[in-house]
Amino acid sequence: MNRAATISIAFAAAGAVIAPFMLKPFGIFLISMWAVLTIAAIGLNLTLGYAGQVSMAQGAFVGIGAYTLALLTQAGVPYPIAFAASGILCFIIGWGLGYPALRVQHHYLAFVTLAFTTIVFLLLRNEEWLTGGIYGVNAIARPVFFGWSTGKAMDYYFFCLGVLTVIAFAVWWMLRSPWGRAFVALRENPVRALSLGLDTRRYTLMAFAIGSSLGGFAGALFASLVQFIEPASFALNRSFDLLLMVIVGGSGYFMGPFVGALVAVLLPEWMRVTEGYYLIIYAALIMVMMPLAPYGIVGLIERGYKALTVKRKPPAPMLTPERTAP
Amino acid sequence: MASFIQLLVSGLATGAIYALIAVGFTLLWQTSQTINFAQGEFVMLPAFFILIAMNYGAPFWLSCLIGIAVSIVVLGIAFKYIIVDPMLKHGVLPLVISSIALALFLKEAVKDFYSSQAQPFPVLVEASDVHIFGAVISSQSLVVLAVAIATVIGMTFLLNRTRLGRMMQATAQNPTLARILGVPVRRMVLYTFLLNAVLCAIASILISPIYLAKFTNGETLGMAAFLAAIIGGFNQVRGAILGGVILGILDNLSAAYLSSQYRAAFPLIILIIVILVRPQGLLGRVEERTV
Repeated sequence: MNRAATISIAFAAAGAVIAPFMLKPFGIFLISMWAVLTIAAIGLNLTLGYAGQVSMAQGAFVGIGAYTLALLTQAGVPYPIAFAASGILCFIIGWGLGYPALRVQHHYLAFVTLAFTTIVFLLLRNEEWLTGGIYGVNAIARPVFFGWSTGKAMDYYFFCLGVLTVIAFAVWWMLRSPWGRAFVALRENPVRALSLGLDTRRYTLMAFAIGSSLGGFAGALFASLVQFIEPASFALNRSFDLLLMVIVGGSGYFMGPFVGALVAVLLPEWMRVTEGYYLIIYAALIMVMMPLAPYGIVGLIERGYKALTVKRKPPAPMLTPERTAP
Repeated sequence: MASFIQLLVSGLATGAIYALIAVGFTLLWQTSQTINFAQGEFVMLPAFFILIAMNYGAPFWLSCLIGIAVSIVVLGIAFKYIIVDPMLKHGVLPLVISSIALALFLKEAVKDFYSSQAQPFPVLVEASDVHIFGAVISSQSLVVLAVAIATVIGMTFLLNRTRLGRMMQATAQNPTLARILGVPVRRMVLYTFLLNAVLCAIASILISPIYLAKFTNGETLGMAAFLAAIIGGFNQVRGAILGGVILGILDNLSAAYLSSQYRAAFPLIILIIVILVRPQGLLGRVEERTV
């Protein structure tokens, strides 16, 4: 990581800590939502951006995590256990969903995960005895740790930010470990990865399971943040939104999900002035961005920065086009 | 038995419409590796073109022709040159994202600029009941079935029996070889986009009287097209037709005999089984992949 990136990340982190003190309650809600969605997007970025497995199921995992937390805490299970259960359950289900990924690739996998998302939505909607059906689950608790209650908006925001920080460092560490390298190898050239002795089977399942478990943790935080969940929050649109966040931010870039989630949370608010036309403009922006910068905002910044710094260096004399051209 | 026949016929009618949508979907995939996530919206939109034409006083048949013509321009030509062509060099996934955005764009545009309410749409024939073997079948289902079958036959004829159609198939199967043999590949790719637009417009005319014209129609229809294409076989036109028909019948029978709450889940379960057991689809060929 170079200096410019370190400095900008330090500034962004400081901003994330100071921001709630300068915001109204709704603003704090928005940045809490940003932290929650970023966690889900980091998970999807791991599956899609690093391991190259197209998943349209992240929204469903957020849903599974949210319902797990809500139902367990209402059944009297202590918050930390319910929170862990959300992630662990999604890890197991994500592992299972990884099996189709072993057999099929690309668009087929997209459709299997899409089907999975729809089936989860139908289960949440129809199994009223468990999930409350279309009425959802109400009055979801916020945690209390050693007397520190996160009931207030600002306290809960710091709880979300804390979880995000822990997860971000864990993922960053993992990506620098042999595991992270293996994920990238899986995306770039699975056959070569296999021939080099990587257990691609296990790493594919792992990429799915870890990505899904982060979706589950995000769902658990989401449930306590909005304190009311219903099946429609976790329909296909949520998965599409998360997918767009990862792509807009920059898939395969560590900072991509942070930026993508920020855009997805703030843009609708900034575009309040456009009234109902927000989604049209958002869709149009993405369609314009895809051909121009398919590597996303972070990719664009990185390339722009590289182009600037490379220009300053004097070109090596032997390689100038004038000399090499015949 | 009578109700079974009724369900079967209406299932066939829905399935035939799904098949039209799925065929266009597979054609785009074969010729240009375009996975069009906006395919459902492509079926939702022509109904509104027709309604707009009718609001200006055009008779229904003329409006249908105008609707098909506008669809060819917007969903065929404009879609290819504005959305697909700039994305092709970036691979499959960015184009998928772009078409998801396009689907959102079309849906919101109809909601904001036309109406968010379901619009009544004129029927092709007056509703009446036909009695066959004691089963009561609506004339509408029969007409839908007839038009859809005629379209499928016409298209099969075009693809298999005419020089143009064979060139299109050659382009779909092996663009490089087709180019060497003197097939104008670029033009053939464009033609498949036009054909897809026409199929979507016809499907729209057939399905809108049943579902009413609404901006959210594309969600279920697009899903049906994907499922039909994958169940039948992504790289075969007749696979997509088979997939569509299976899906339509399954949809109606499962809603009646198994569970109406989970009717949307049965096709998905079949999808997952097909992908796991026979990923190339029921009638599909195995695609040789380059590493």
